[in-house]
Amino acid sequence: MNSIYQYFRAIWYGFSSLWKGMMLTGHYLVHPKKILTQQYPENRDTLYIPERFQGEVVLPHDENNEHLCTGCTICEMNCPNGSIKIITRSVETPEGKKKKELDEWVYHLGLCTFCGQCIDACPQNAIKMDNSFEHSVYDRKLLTKVLNQPGSKLKSAKK
Amino acid sequence: MQLSISLLEITRAIDSWLNSVFHPHLAYGIELVLAGVAVILLVVAMAILMVYAERKLAGFMQLRLGPMRVGKWGTMQAVADVMKLLLKECLTPTNSDKLMFRVAPFVVTIVSFMTLVPIAFAKGIQLWDINIGVFYITAVSSLSVIGILMAGWSSNNKYSLLGAMRSGAQIVSYELSGGLALIVVVMMSGTLSISGIVQAQADGWWIIKGHIPVIIAFVTFVITSTAELNRAPFDLAEAESELTAGYHTEYSGMQFAMFFLSEYTNMFVLSMVAATVFLGGWMPFHIAGLDGLNHFMDYIPGIVWFFGKTFFILFLIVWFRWTFPRLRIDQLLKLEWKYLLPVSIINVLFAAFIALMGWYL
Amino acid sequence: METNDIKHDEFVINVGPQHPSTHGVLRLELWLDGEEIIDSKPHLGYIHRGIEKMSEALGYKQFIYLTSRMDYLSAHINNQACSLAIEKGLQIEAPARAQVIRVLMAELTRLASHQLWWGALGLDLGAVSPFFYAFREREMILEIFEETCGSRLTMNYITPGGVVNDLHPDFVRKVKVLIEQLKGNLHEYYQLLTGNVIFQARTRGVGILSAEDAVSLGCTGPVARASGVKCDVRKLHPYDGYDKVEFKEVLNDKGDNFARYWLRIEEMKQSIYIIEQLIDNIPEGSYREKLKGIVKLPAGEYYQRVETARGELGVYLVSDGKKEPYRVRFRTPNFSNLNALRPMMKGAKIGDMVSMMATLDLIIPDIDR
Repeated sequence: MNSIYQYFRAIWYGFSSLWKGMMLTGHYLVHPKKILTQQYPENRDTLYIPERFQGEVVLPHDENNEHLCTGCTICEMNCPNGSIKIITRSVETPEGKKKKELDEWVYHLGLCTFCGQCIDACPQNAIKMDNSFEHSVYDRKLLTKVLNQPGSKLKSAKK
Repeated sequence: MQLSISLLEITRAIDSWLNSVFHPHLAYGIELVLAGVAVILLVVAMAILMVYAERKLAGFMQLRLGPMRVGKWGTMQAVADVMKLLLKECLTPTNSDKLMFRVAPFVVTIVSFMTLVPIAFAKGIQLWDINIGVFYITAVSSLSVIGILMAGWSSNNKYSLLGAMRSGAQIVSYELSGGLALIVVVMMSGTLSISGIVQAQADGWWIIKGHIPVIIAFVTFVITSTAELNRAPFDLAEAESELTAGYHTEYSGMQFAMFFLSEYTNMFVLSMVAATVFLGGWMPFHIAGLDGLNHFMDYIPGIVWFFGKTFFILFLIVWFRWTFPRLRIDQLLKLEWKYLLPVSIINVLFAAFIALMGWYL
Repeated sequence: METNDIKHDEFVINVGPQHPSTHGVLRLELWLDGEEIIDSKPHLGYIHRGIEKMSEALGYKQFIYLTSRMDYLSAHINNQACSLAIEKGLQIEAPARAQVIRVLMAELTRLASHQLWWGALGLDLGAVSPFFYAFREREMILEIFEETCGSRLTMNYITPGGVVNDLHPDFVRKVKVLIEQLKGNLHEYYQLLTGNVIFQARTRGVGILSAEDAVSLGCTGPVARASGVKCDVRKLHPYDGYDKVEFKEVLNDKGDNFARYWLRIEEMKQSIYIIEQLIDNIPEGSYREKLKGIVKLPAGEYYQRVETARGELGVYLVSDGKKEPYRVRFRTPNFSNLNALRPMMKGAKIGDMVSMMATLDLIIPDIDR
């Protein structure tokens, strides 16, 4: 008798658990407001990208086209896989001394792992991570960027 | 003034026009071709609609939107899929049994189209009102096992063979319970022909008239239909996450499209059978005594009722697929032989008793 | 067993490197007799990237980013292990605020990892819908990470000395919203999978791993705890303030698939409990102890063990005084957990193989490094 009771109990348990599962998916079927996905390229205006998102390294310039990078190459030494190449040149100061300054800040976006070690290591806080994320290009050469804008120079220290 | 359109009048009008223009035998031949083409077109259109509907329903159940890009709200998605499958190359593996490999998809598709013959879409709209309608459908649909085993064997692939074997065992076992579920209604109606069963539901659908045994038979029939169609939760034969795609692993392009089409056609046919046998076919919903309601229900044409009920059962089958995990093969067979079959047999005895006593609602 | 000594009725199937349910690139050779599995042999190395060798050429602060990619679902915890090992070498301790932030991040990572495991388990067993429900809360956790740490999967946030940035001002509020939503949605996990009769039939009594087998194979984490072995590193060798929080070490003694499943769901609840205790009591203060530009560890060997979402991760650093480590060796939990497949699979069916691999929760890049 007990086995017959167990038999019917198993059938009842099976149906009730399946019914509960179906009720859950049915609930989400009739509540389309709870849909999570977004239609990406059409919703660019309302996208929220946090400002700390590590998108790419940029060298911020202020309104006089000046930046803070002195060409010390500490970021290049700290980068784990060689995505940064700092090219410096020697210039003569008005006092006649030879000084090193930044010529080109070459950034290989294709190699970068977005680890942030360069930002962490820079003693002048010259670079930061921008939160842009649409980096796809059709030509690989566009992935090697020069970060300092033409004609920019180092911001002179306030005395 | 009769507001509802009767398809029967339209077909009779076409028939009399054809007979007046052509020789009677030629008119008969043209009618045969027209009817066959109409049904096939209908089913193919329904398959395409079902593909889109399933993907959209699946999307909504899973908190996402489903296809949205191809056409407005993704309506052209199925058309795009058909074009893609048409343009793909139909590969045949080198060491496969070439004749069987190429014939297998056709076998499966032809069998699923053959089951469309006795189905009554509306009053009088039936390809062939054979007097063994229900028996014909169950007999012909079991031929699809041959096509599946041919596909699995001729692929010369261990995975396909395993999948085909499992699928064959599954389909053959579940036909038993499905047949017994149909027998319940056949006993109560007293006839095997489809039009006879629909006529017997003129004063109420069987699921309401024959109460407990028919409800049990209905539930059993829906479960066995999902098993016969190799759909989840019984889709071990084509389980993508276990053995790639089972018996149709090696097929690509249009051959794969034929398996796909035949699966949707079968789904459609079995839903139509369930709608006819249990839910009243094209009979409107009548409640004895409420004449106003009955009169209003009569205005809705029979074909709309029929398709409404079919879509309801299709919706149930789609709902099952996206909610439940898969059963293992031995659990599948255990479900059938230990649970569904004994319950179906006892149900048949119970239904016979009720039919004898005439204890309908 | 080699392919040459195959008997008459058996055949060998290759569950190849590309397979939807091996959770990575793992090649399994299975000897089958009809539907039953007689033996199995895993082949590894498809995603070996040489992390340990690469670390010998990078500085102590630089090689940490590679470890995020080992067990990418517990990225914070991997970074925490390396940072603690380096701090052991330098004999410094992170400030109290940094320790609490590290614990919070680790528990959030554990939650996210278990949720993805739950979704992938449903997917392997044939239920497609749980995958999407699991990602609903995981998405919230990843957005919290994105706001504070800057990335969603491979955050390099935990560093020797503390953490890189302070918490975002919105962190506490968002975590509280997440906890409320997660607690409210836990019943859905029950409705959809746990209570489902089909799921229970597929996981109960299948894939039993005894406690002796678990200990002798070196399994740790939920796999061993489901067989009754007490091995939670957070309780046995507490680090980073885990001895100050209250939580239960969840144990089960059945050792089958369902036990492992149930244990991870319970661990999710314990993680929520830990987060609730800490979220309102984050101490003020500095979040980072700045290290010198080039870190040099004194010569010697340093070992640190942590509890990732999958088991015990051990970081073994050998230093000879230079600015690069001499040898870095990772004792990964998945390498030992993979060995548990062989005794579990004898006599099981193919359908069980999938559910066993799903409940073992393997991440193959962690095995190959």
